[in-house]
Amino acid sequence: MNPSELAGAEPGAAFTVTLDGRELDALPGQTVAAALWAAGVTSWRTTRGGGRPRGVFCGIGVCFDCLVTVNDRPNQRACLVPVRPGDAIRTQEGTGHEH
Amino acid sequence: MSTEPVGPYGQAGAYGQAGPRGGTPPRLAVVGAGPAGLAAALAATARGVHVTLVDSAQAPGGQFYRQPAAALGARRPQALHHQWRTWRRLRDGLARHIAAGGVTLLPQHHVWCVERRSEGPAGRPHAGGFTVHALLGPGQEEPVEVRADGVVLATGGYEKVLPFPGWTLPGVITAGGAQAMLKGGLVVSGRTAVVAGTGPLLLPVATGLAAAGVRVAALVESAAPRALARRVGTLAGRADKLAEGAGYALELLRRRVRTLVRHTVVEAHGTDRLEAVTVAALDTAGRVRPGSERRIPCDTLAVGHGMVPHTDLAESLGCRVDAHGMSVAVDDEQRTDVPGVWAAGEVTGIGGAALSLAEGHVAGRSAAARLRGREPDPREWEAAAASRTRLREFFAALDTVYVPPAHWAEQLTDDTVVCRCEEVTAGAVREAVGELGAGDVRTVKLLTRAGMGWCQGRMCGPAVAGLAGCAETTARRPFACPVPLGVLARAGERGEPGPPTGETQGRGGPTVE
Repeated sequence: MNPSELAGAEPGAAFTVTLDGRELDALPGQTVAAALWAAGVTSWRTTRGGGRPRGVFCGIGVCFDCLVTVNDRPNQRACLVPVRPGDAIRTQEGTGHEH
Repeated sequence: MSTEPVGPYGQAGAYGQAGPRGGTPPRLAVVGAGPAGLAAALAATARGVHVTLVDSAQAPGGQFYRQPAAALGARRPQALHHQWRTWRRLRDGLARHIAAGGVTLLPQHHVWCVERRSEGPAGRPHAGGFTVHALLGPGQEEPVEVRADGVVLATGGYEKVLPFPGWTLPGVITAGGAQAMLKGGLVVSGRTAVVAGTGPLLLPVATGLAAAGVRVAALVESAAPRALARRVGTLAGRADKLAEGAGYALELLRRRVRTLVRHTVVEAHGTDRLEAVTVAALDTAGRVRPGSERRIPCDTLAVGHGMVPHTDLAESLGCRVDAHGMSVAVDDEQRTDVPGVWAAGEVTGIGGAALSLAEGHVAGRSAAARLRGREPDPREWEAAAASRTRLREFFAALDTVYVPPAHWAEQLTDDTVVCRCEEVTAGAVREAVGELGAGDVRTVKLLTRAGMGWCQGRMCGPAVAGLAGCAETTARRPFACPVPLGVLARAGERGEPGPPTGETQGRGGPTVE
């Protein structure tokens, strides 16, 4: 049993997004964080100070740990932002403004 | 669990009766569409008040009734939930009132401030009404203003997590976060999880993850919940709550989840992501028993140490909040001490979904009567009030049992990050306290930057206070979420508005009347 089977999910057709140029499948209705988790990815940011990896922590938009760059917009909370077909998701390094 | 006090939801149609100002009904803004906000909205709109329900999520339900996104096509969302019948009643009631025009639902609206517009004539100090300022959508750059004659704050809460070495590793998530991602996104972050910390939330998180196919290697609870049965035994009428706990215990057994009580996670291991945790037994004083440590391999640690209410909006409105920022003070009608502002649910003190429903119901009824110029009759909500009393007693007892280990801070090495945003270590906080003489959280913050980051100290506040050996204090955040400077600059352009004119577009963005 996985979560989708448990909830009897019949999602729409999967679409493609990229994470740092690598193609991943995502489902309509998922947030960016959910799509990345479903693809086995758990970190997509490195911290400004120590350069340490981070991903989801609170999952409800409070902690800002899951910040990510989507379509060149940095500092998006992956747990809140819905994923869209063709999204170019990039690991955010530091402030996200240093590219 | 009893869900009776929420009362009759089905009576659409009362909306439209003339309010005290003649043709238009009074307008109530309800901030938060979780159990408290939904109960308040339904109770108020059934009694002739127009409700604008403002919520940050894509769909109503709050954290407790968080639903999978519609596009995920979940045919059995109830498999992820408890008290589904109550949710169905709330959801269907809301749909009826929206269709009847009595409720306007504004999803994906992040409220950053509620403004009292002006002092009105004597005796009706809120006659000027309120403006609820929100930012639209996940981008949160476009402003929206909602005008109302009264406001119910039902802003809920978030999880408290005390730090330990390794807690910033990817794979370490809050217990509530694991549940939110599961309920809302139908995803989990790995194959093997440990659920740890303290509090009643750990039980549904562990059983939920197990039901979703995750191997739950251990449920690690630092308290000794057997003490709860003894304490609660003295409280009348809480048998349903104990039965709920017993139900989880059975499910954990059935799913072969090992439960370790009076244990704690002392460290999370891994280089770039979580690989294992070390758990240890606690002695009666709340210290780790030397030699009791054991390592459990896992790729997910769901951890939580209780809940913290979102009191920012209440604080910026000037409502009385207790000294530790843990509850907004309300009277028997759920009124704050600011006229025209009610509060219900976790924001008045953590107490769960059933208590939130009861409080929301009372708040909605009181607001409807008072906004229509009537003195409410508390006998109308007798059942909800009785339920509220019982549940508050129950959760007060719970609070004495589910406390983090007394000496949790001893596990923090000097290089353990405490403030996740600003990467401030326990060593830096200790230095600020021990060598630089900081005696309160604010001074620690000024010396170390702990609490100055994106989350505005929400994540590290309790930990910094604990490390500094001082009490948590209210955070006094003027804005409840980050606001673009352009929005702030334009927010004043509308000036001090007169009576609402029905306009729907202003320079500050759309206005919802």
